[in-house]
Amino acid sequence: MTPSRSAFAVLLAKDLRTELRTMRSLPAMILFAVTTFIIFRYGLDRTTLSGSLAGGVLWTTLLFAGILGINRVFVSELEEGGFDAIRLAPVDRTVLFASKASALFIYFAVLEAIIVPVFAMFFLPDWSALIPLTLLLAGANLGFAVLGTLISSMAVNSRARDLLVPLLLLPLVVPLMIAVTAASAGLFDAAGPDYEGFGTWLLVVGLYDGVFLLVGYAVFDFLLED
Amino acid sequence: MDDRPDAARDRPHEAHSDAARSGEEPAGPDSPGGPHVDEGSSPPAIRLRGLSRDYGGRPALREVDLDLAEGENLALLGPNGSGKSTMLRILATLLRPTSGEVTVLGCTLPDQSWKLRGRIGYLGHEPLLYRDLTGRENLELQARLHGIPRDEASARIEADLDLLEMGRRADDRVSGFSAGMRQRIAICRAVLHRPPLLLLDEPDSNLDPEGRELSRSLIGPAEGRTRVLVSHEPERAKAEADVVVMLDRTGQVAGRTGHRSTEARP
Repeated sequence: MTPSRSAFAVLLAKDLRTELRTMRSLPAMILFAVTTFIIFRYGLDRTTLSGSLAGGVLWTTLLFAGILGINRVFVSELEEGGFDAIRLAPVDRTVLFASKASALFIYFAVLEAIIVPVFAMFFLPDWSALIPLTLLLAGANLGFAVLGTLISSMAVNSRARDLLVPLLLLPLVVPLMIAVTAASAGLFDAAGPDYEGFGTWLLVVGLYDGVFLLVGYAVFDFLLED
Repeated sequence: MDDRPDAARDRPHEAHSDAARSGEEPAGPDSPGGPHVDEGSSPPAIRLRGLSRDYGGRPALREVDLDLAEGENLALLGPNGSGKSTMLRILATLLRPTSGEVTVLGCTLPDQSWKLRGRIGYLGHEPLLYRDLTGRENLELQARLHGIPRDEASARIEADLDLLEMGRRADDRVSGFSAGMRQRIAICRAVLHRPPLLLLDEPDSNLDPEGRELSRSLIGPAEGRTRVLVSHEPERAKAEADVVVMLDRTGQVAGRTGHRSTEARP
């Protein structure tokens, strides 16, 4: 068997290199998110947001922008025979799961590095919440990337995958969205970041990540079978 | 000249459908049935017993029996939809059989698929190349997935690309290649890890006569290399094969021929 670390590195590098060359996912995700913020800004007719409303705007936008990336994460493997090439190699198949989830995590991180400052410019009078927010973003990214990889691998063989991914993903992502929105509501308090309950919700996010990491590790091999 | 060991040349073959397995008299070499393999000799590279595969209830392969010794060449012939590619994908561990026993290089499929991966060179209808990577990057990716040391991989890639006259275009993206150029890179990909078993599904498709000739050293008959070749060119397949199996439209074995004459080997 090829060492998993080496196979993971080469598959992740392939995905990142391909995205850098083609820009198939990230520009669409960023454009969607920025457009949504503009719509919220003028739709709500508010120059500042705080509390759960700010959290709701941020996480809703990230969720739907993320789905654009999740929809495409396995398309190259399907259309260009990557699944078969990997299944023919002496590689643990969960390496593919790990590399795809990592690629999605990186896409989300890049997306957030660009759009969270945009969000702050549009809606936040005080940027001090952004530092603890990064912790929350990292936890949410992990869970979202892992779940997105699982769902995308299930839906990729269907011609209706663009419909299937949100249908399967959205119900499962609700607990994560509740946790991160609740945790960030205090951070975006109008009087400055309030950390009451932040640790508890962060723990819930961690538990969610752990559960879906284990589920992904356990079932991904079967999802690649014919 | 056939330079394989005598044991391999003299190996009896079997490729017959349920008639032969039901205890009827074995048929002659050119009949749909065939003689049973000598069970006491060394294990075959490929052994199929009652292999069947359905797609949603529609049979693609039915009750195929076959033995192929190591180092031998099998040609699979038959009309479109006769199950040739399905059989190849099952042998490559890419598809599960619906029923029957499949043993490839001593590994029972699908249970021991993991032991077989990396020992098969598979060239299917799709080139299995990423369009947005260059030809060389695709081959390097495959080499890493197969655990080939970097130096050795580089040497093999250079040699194979030169052999197929793709060295000059190897750093271009695959998306800019013609179908024939993609097939040349796909051939390099299939043999990069020097597998003992080659599964080739119409390997000449999209290749010009020069490409066909150049590719023979990588995927043609050779000592110690077991090959299963799916082809729509019966004459070439028969010239290269030790065993020829014909499948009919129902996915059953319709005919079989045994050894070709050793003089016919190129």
